[in-house]
Amino acid sequence: MIVLSRRGRIALKVGVWIVALAPLAMLGWRAWNDDLTANPISFITNTLGDWTFRLLLASLALTPLRIETGMAWQMPLRRLLGLFAFSYAAMHFSVWIVLDHFFNWSQMGADIVKRPYITVGMLALTSLLPLAATSTTGMIRRLGARTWKRLHRLVYFTAVCAALHFLWLAKVGRTDQYVYAAIVVLVLGVRLWDAVRRAVRRRREGALRPASSTSSSSV
Amino acid sequence: MLIRRAPRFRSSEITPERLYLDRRAFMAGAGALLLGAGTTEAQSATPPAQPLKAARNDPFSVKEPPTKFESATTYNNFYEFGVNKEDPARLAGTLKPRPWTVKVDGLVAKPKTFDVDELLRAFPLEERVYSLRCVEAWSMIIPWIGFPLGALLKRVEPTGQAKYVAFTTLMDPEQFPAQKKGFFNLGGLDWPYTEGLRLDEAMHPLTLLTVGMYGQVLPNQNGAPIRVVIPWKYGFKSAKSIVRISLTADQPKTAWNTAASSEYGFYSNVNPEVSHPRWSQATERRIGEFRRRNTLMFNGYGDQVASLYAGMDLKKFY
Repeated sequence: MIVLSRRGRIALKVGVWIVALAPLAMLGWRAWNDDLTANPISFITNTLGDWTFRLLLASLALTPLRIETGMAWQMPLRRLLGLFAFSYAAMHFSVWIVLDHFFNWSQMGADIVKRPYITVGMLALTSLLPLAATSTTGMIRRLGARTWKRLHRLVYFTAVCAALHFLWLAKVGRTDQYVYAAIVVLVLGVRLWDAVRRAVRRRREGALRPASSTSSSSV
Repeated sequence: MLIRRAPRFRSSEITPERLYLDRRAFMAGAGALLLGAGTTEAQSATPPAQPLKAARNDPFSVKEPPTKFESATTYNNFYEFGVNKEDPARLAGTLKPRPWTVKVDGLVAKPKTFDVDELLRAFPLEERVYSLRCVEAWSMIIPWIGFPLGALLKRVEPTGQAKYVAFTTLMDPEQFPAQKKGFFNLGGLDWPYTEGLRLDEAMHPLTLLTVGMYGQVLPNQNGAPIRVVIPWKYGFKSAKSIVRISLTADQPKTAWNTAASSEYGFYSNVNPEVSHPRWSQATERRIGEFRRRNTLMFNGYGDQVASLYAGMDLKKFY
């Protein structure tokens, strides 16, 4: 099993920062070179949306990796990736408000109510707000680890909304939306399968307990 | 049969009076394309522009400045090359626009297969600056070169039973790479691409059979060598790279309507009041502009075409 030193952990986090900021650097570079396609606003919106989803999936993939391999070195990256996902979601949303609709509140309001893909997109973003707000170590302590953990399971709902957002906005002929949706099913499915497996084991152990003299510690 | 190819233009006409294109920007773009593509993809590169001149028909032209040529040729929906907007410009080198024939048949007295060069000689070309509104809520202003479809239809003499006109795009996976069956063929279009109009829509003087744009022969990614342009309908109605025009008694099947009938109706007139199920059509982004504009009924061509739909419920016949 890989155990990282303090230095290793820092290097890993620096790596995440670099990867997560690279798309912004790319957008900046392309903007500088006047290379944001014929429809720059649409290109920026889509790029930010793509990276929101990728970072969200990356943060959700760390636990399945631990479940399947037992490796735990990646777990400290979860919060960082989650916060980057939130940052990209916020930028994606801001571009929609400012560049795309230029504060046309009535049209945006109508779209949120009438267009299912926008409705679930708004739900995805909103569900990330309490998670971002409680992301500090202080908040974990204040809420208590159990409550905090329970609250942060809201991100499963975010992932489902994000998948629907993409499935419903993608036009006929596109296929990448199915890939993203399949990864959501995978990262949530592994968790569900693991939870079921543990529940079965617990029940079996509960049934066996009177017969066995020593209680085995389950982790 | 020997087809005589008389020179179509005087040499003095070959250089366009007015270049829409910033030549330097185009050369820089072409250079970048060559550098990026390398030599192996040279055959896919867009062929050099061939000038094509026609006098502007002012009464049939909008007064707004044309979209940048570079935008109109690099931001395209042409699914035969791929679903991404940049795919057609990158991949359209496989399309061979000559030799090319267009079969005009169905309920007509004089069916005929025309060579595309024969059409260019038979009908006087004119330039018309039209607004193009995509169903995805963006728009461009494009100076097209062509001739009214009605002129061709009159030549073949539609019979009394003819009520509709069906267009068929070329079917050839060698020239259109996206027509190859993929491993996952998830809900794509049924090839060949088909479109259709009611006969009166097809005969309308605004409906243009198009062979050029911006003073040039139509670039491959814009539907070479011949396409139709129907400016009051969403862009996908304007079938590209047409090989067959057929007159029918029944409403023809159309590609997008077959793929998703709730999203794309047979008529598909530009209509700010009728939303696409997934987005509003009330506004649009003109390519090259920052703020959205309000979308106009029939894309601003209401005075000319509204009478075609008198008494029809356009929410039902979307």
